[in-house]
Amino acid sequence: MQRHQYDVVIVGAGGAGMRAALESSKRTRTAVLTKLYPTRSHTGAAQGGMCAALANVEEDNWEWHTFDTVKGGDFLVDQDAAEVMCREAVDAVLDLEKMGLPFNRTAEGKIDQRFFGGHTRNHGEAVVRRSCFAADRTGHMILQTLYQQCIKQNVEFFNEFYVLDLLMVAGKATGVVAYELATGELHIFSAKSIVFASGGFGKVFRTTSNAHTLTGDGMGIVWRKGLPLEDMEFFQFHPTGLAGLGVLLSEAARGEGGILRNKDNERFMERYAPTVKDLAPRDMVARAMANEVREGRGCGPDGAYVMLDLTHLEPAHIDAKLPDITEFARTYLGVEPYTEQIPVFPTAHYAMGGIPTNIKGEALANNDDVIPGLYAAGEVACVSVHGANRLGTNSLLDINVFGRRAGIAAAEYAETAAFEELPEAPEAFVVDLIEGMRNATGEERVAAIRNDLQATMDLNAQVYRTEGSLKQALVDIERLKERFAQVSVQDKGKRFNTDLLEAVELGFLIDLAEVLVVSALARKESRGGHFREDYDKRDDVNFMRHTMAYRELDAEGNINVRLDYKPVIQTRYKPMERKY
Amino acid sequence: MDVKVKILRYNPEVVDEAEWKTYAVTLQPTDRVLDALHKIKWEQDGTLTFRRSCAHGVCGSDAMRINGRNRLACKTLIKDLNPEKEITVEPIKGLPVLKDLVVDMEPFFDAYRSVMPFLVTSGHEPTRERIQSQADRDRFDDTTKCILCAACTTSCPVFWSDGQYFGPQAIVGAHRFIFDSRDEGTEQRLEILNDKEGVWRCRTTFNCTDACPRGIEVTKAIQEVKRALIFRRV
Repeated sequence: MQRHQYDVVIVGAGGAGMRAALESSKRTRTAVLTKLYPTRSHTGAAQGGMCAALANVEEDNWEWHTFDTVKGGDFLVDQDAAEVMCREAVDAVLDLEKMGLPFNRTAEGKIDQRFFGGHTRNHGEAVVRRSCFAADRTGHMILQTLYQQCIKQNVEFFNEFYVLDLLMVAGKATGVVAYELATGELHIFSAKSIVFASGGFGKVFRTTSNAHTLTGDGMGIVWRKGLPLEDMEFFQFHPTGLAGLGVLLSEAARGEGGILRNKDNERFMERYAPTVKDLAPRDMVARAMANEVREGRGCGPDGAYVMLDLTHLEPAHIDAKLPDITEFARTYLGVEPYTEQIPVFPTAHYAMGGIPTNIKGEALANNDDVIPGLYAAGEVACVSVHGANRLGTNSLLDINVFGRRAGIAAAEYAETAAFEELPEAPEAFVVDLIEGMRNATGEERVAAIRNDLQATMDLNAQVYRTEGSLKQALVDIERLKERFAQVSVQDKGKRFNTDLLEAVELGFLIDLAEVLVVSALARKESRGGHFREDYDKRDDVNFMRHTMAYRELDAEGNINVRLDYKPVIQTRYKPMERKY
Repeated sequence: MDVKVKILRYNPEVVDEAEWKTYAVTLQPTDRVLDALHKIKWEQDGTLTFRRSCAHGVCGSDAMRINGRNRLACKTLIKDLNPEKEITVEPIKGLPVLKDLVVDMEPFFDAYRSVMPFLVTSGHEPTRERIQSQADRDRFDDTTKCILCAACTTSCPVFWSDGQYFGPQAIVGAHRFIFDSRDEGTEQRLEILNDKEGVWRCRTTFNCTDACPRGIEVTKAIQEVKRALIFRRV
C-alpha cells in the first residue's frame, strides 16, 4: 500500500476532469486519478458541437441560450446555474480555440456555427445556428486539446487508477482510496480538495451510446457514503442510436438537414413539433420515434426502428460535416448513407442527475450545506443546468464551464485549508470490497446479472414508464441484489484484474439502477426525459422540485432509498407549456 | 455461426511464456471481434484480459493484432475476417506485454509527449478567436483524427527493431501542429523530429497507413514532415 498527499485530487480525466486540472494545477499541487488513459474518456465520443452565443453567423445572445436551456429542461433547470453556463459559454469556446482546438471556420475565418435541437432565436421563434463544431468529432477534439494542454502544463496523471472510496472525517472530504489496475496495489491519497469528474452510468441500460466503462463509479461512491443524489430519474435517451447497437449518430445529422421517416416515408416529426420538426429536443423526438414504432409505423422486418434520411444531402456536404457518423453506418450496419436511409432507435445517452452541486461545483450534503473539500463536475454532477432534459451540445459546454469552476474552487479552498487527519485504517472498506470479491465462491456470474439488470431497465424504465413497469423493475433489482451477493470472479490474480473490476462496477450499477427507479416511481408526472404513461402531464403544483435521494439503513439493517425534495431556483422564466 | 478464436495468452503471475489458446464461440457475422472477446471473457474464461471502452472506434483502447494485422477489435466485424478459418488475436507488437492483450502504453505516450503536441503561440492572446481560413483549417484535418490507439506505431518494422524510434504516431501528432497556421512552434518541433531517431528512420513501408483505423494517411503525413524539414533546412 502506498500513501500520497496532494492539495487537490481529481477523479476522472474526461473533459470536466482535465478542464478542472488545468485550473487547479496552475494554482496548487494536483493529481488526476483515472481508471482509463485520459484520451479514452467518453467525452471523445461526443460529436455534434458545443453551443455558445458567439453570433458568428447570425444574431444571437446568451439570454436566448439560457431560455432554451431552461425550456429544454422542462423548467426543472436551476436558472441561476443556466445563466452562468450560457453567459460563460462564449469564453469557454474562445478558450478552447486559444488552446488550439480546430473548429470549423466561416468564410471570414471565424468559428463556424450550425443548428442543433432545441436551440432557437428569440425565445422559440425559429432555430438558430449556435453550435460550434469540429466536423462531427467535437468531443474528440475537446478531449485531445485538453489532454495536449495538460501535457504542456505537466499535469500529473495516475493512469488506470480506479478510485473506490471517498475518505471523510467529520463531514469533510479528506482523501480517496484507489486500486492500481496494473498491480492490484492500493493507494491512499490524502487531499484537501477532491473533485469527482468520473462521468455517467449509461451501462444500467443495454441499448446505450455509453462506453463499457461508464458504470457510475463516482455517483456510487458518494451514494455509499450516505450523501445525496439528485434527479436520478431523469435519463436522456438520444433519438438516433444505430438500431440494435445504440452507437450514437449525432443530432448534427439533423442539424445539417437530416430527416426522420417512418415506414410510410412520412416526415413524422411534423406532427409532433410543427415549428422545429426534426430539431425538437431529444426527449420529444425519442418519444415520437418510440410512438411511431409501437403504433405500427416502424421500419424493418419487425417494425422496430425508424429511418434517418440523409440521401437528399450532397455527398460532399456529408463528407465535410458528418464523416464519422456516416462511417459508423457503413461499418456497423453496411448502410451507405449517400443513397440509403439509416435505421435508428433511441439509445440511453446521458444522466441529467447526479451529485448535487452549487454553481461553484461544491458538492452538497443536503438541500443547503456544502461538503467541505468535495466538488463534482460534468455528467457525474447535477448543478442543475439540464433539469429534466439536456439540450444537445450543452454537455460539452457543462464540462468546460463547470469543470473550470470546480477546478478553481477546489484549488482556492486547498490554498486556505489544512490537511485533515485520515480516518483510522482508511483502506479497510476497499480491502473488504476487493478481497471479499476476489475470494467469493458463489455460483453467480457478473455478466449474467448485468445482462438481466440491463434487460429490465430497457424494458421497464426507458422512454415510456408506468407504475407497473417501474414496480416490476424494482422487484427485478431486488432479486438481482440477492444474486449479486452470490457472485464470484474467475480471475483471482493481482495484475490487470478486469474480471474483478467488472464485478465492482456492477455493484455500482445495481445501486444506481435502484435509485433511478425509486425516484421515477415517486415522480407521478411527466417532465422532460421522465415520461409516465399513467401521469402523462407535467404537474408543477406537486413536482416542480428536484428529487434528492439518500441511502439509509432501517431498524432491521436493510438499505433503503429515502427521497426528499429540493426547490427549483427560478429567476427570469416562469414555467409555461413546452411546445416547439 | 460457430467461430474459433485463437488468442495469445500471457499472464506473468502464472506462466513464464505466452501460449496460444483456442476458444469456440457462437457469433453473428456482424458481431465485432470485441463481441467475441467479451463472450469468451463473460461466458468461458474471466481471466482473459484486454482494454476496451467506447466499443465503436473512437476511444482507441482496443488496438490489437487480428489475423496478423493491427486493427481495433470494436471496428472489425467477424464476417470480414474469413471466419471459416480460425481467427487469431494477439497483442500489438513492439511494446512490452503486461497481460494477455494488454501492453505497456507508456513508451508510446512518451514518444507522443516528446514532440510538443500542443499549440505554441507568442505575444498577447486576441480577445476573440484567432482567425483561420477553412482552407488553412483543412490543411491539417487528417491528422486531427488520431485517437492514439498505437495501431500505426506498432505496425512499423522500424519501431519493432529500433527501441528509440518515435514511431509514426508521434510524427502524426507533430504534423497536426506543424501544419496549423496558428502555431509558432514549428522550428522547435522540426528540430526534435530531425533527430537521428526521428522522421528519417521512416522507410515508407505504408504499414502505418494500412493499420490506421481512422483512415489517416500516415505515411503521407510523415512525407510532408520530411519535406518541411528539407525546405526549411536545405
